Amino acid sequence: MSAKEVKVYSTPECPWCRRVKKFLEDNGIAYQDFNVAEDSAAREDMINKSQQLAVPTILVDDEIIVGFNEALLKEKLGL
Amino acid sequence: MRELIIVGGGPAGMTAAVYAARKRIDTLLLSKDIGGQPNLTAGIENYMGYQYIEGFELMQKFEEQVRQFPLEQKIGQEAVALSRLDAGFEVRTDNGERYQAKAVIIATGKRPRPLNVPGEEQLRGRGVTYCAVCDGPLFAGEKVAVIGGGNSALEAADDMVKIAEHVYLVSLTPFSGDQILIDRVKDASHLTVFLEHGVVVIEGSSRVEGIAIRDLKSGEEKRLEVGGVFVEIGLIPDSELAKGLVNLNRLGEIEVDCACETGVPGLYAAGDVTDVPEKQIVVAAGEGAKAALQAHKYLQRL
Repeated sequence: MSAKEVKVYSTPECPWCRRVKKFLEDNGIAYQDFNVAEDSAAREDMINKSQQLAVPTILVDDEIIVGFNEALLKEKLGL
Repeated sequence: MRELIIVGGGPAGMTAAVYAARKRIDTLLLSKDIGGQPNLTAGIENYMGYQYIEGFELMQKFEEQVRQFPLEQKIGQEAVALSRLDAGFEVRTDNGERYQAKAVIIATGKRPRPLNVPGEEQLRGRGVTYCAVCDGPLFAGEKVAVIGGGNSALEAADDMVKIAEHVYLVSLTPFSGDQILIDRVKDASHLTVFLEHGVVVIEGSSRVEGIAIRDLKSGEEKRLEVGGVFVEIGLIPDSELAKGLVNLNRLGEIEVDCACETGVPGLYAAGDVTDVPEKQIVVAAGEGAKAALQAHKYLQRL
């Protein structure tokens, strides 16, 4: 299985962001975490890619998932 | 056919799952998410056994406990319809799956109440948010509107005042939250309060650009230029699933007796989706336990 590039756009207090990150960690998936509360470039990037203003936004290669959706994450990650 | 489907993965559903698993009932736990409302609760000081625990952490502990048992789980699927079969029930999910069981426990809890105004649905996630603690920081430096007059609205306003250019706090009623929060918010600079005002419309094409509000007394309308709208007007029971099958009270809660029975044999309900007084984690967990034990007795009688 080739590793997919996973990016998580999150904010520090957001419970769903923590769930997403824990899910990825539990499944041994490496990811880059962007705190969009601080990182305005990442925030713009997230908005441009997803057309949404909501966290968590997850980018699996080129595919966007908004919110913590375990079934969809598993599908996109091939778990 | 399975013996039991538990719909909902909050405190009631997860507790029911543990009780069902310990009775070796062939059970499916079906839920759009795990944890439910406590995931969004910061600190909990009234769940026994923990002097202080974050909601998220408590729900992780619940989840770990559920996972100790060999129990089938489908998480990420939302149950959208429930119907009666000759020998039980069928649950249909948002992705078109169908599951059958002899008994069902509905433990779907509550979800944020929508405003039900034009523009809200189209602009959800595009400036309209129901999770201030999640999405708040995305609106740093912008003008935002917080809708509601209870504790969650006041807390959202208090948080946003620190980072937004300006906060409009719009409530249909006088403030109903705790006095300590009202005092903190009403003296804040960069904040304008509109009491007894309703939201008429949320405007914008790809992003929220503003809202129109109406003074309930004078009927006068005003337009507020905002980039974010935080809807904090309470919760509604997630009971649509059971509509037509069971009795709902005027709040939309499923009416149950003290044994979590809905009146339909084999169909139980537990936790915040029911009319049981007091929406508390400890209460919901207890109700989930009761529902599973009642379902067990029902299944044994079949």
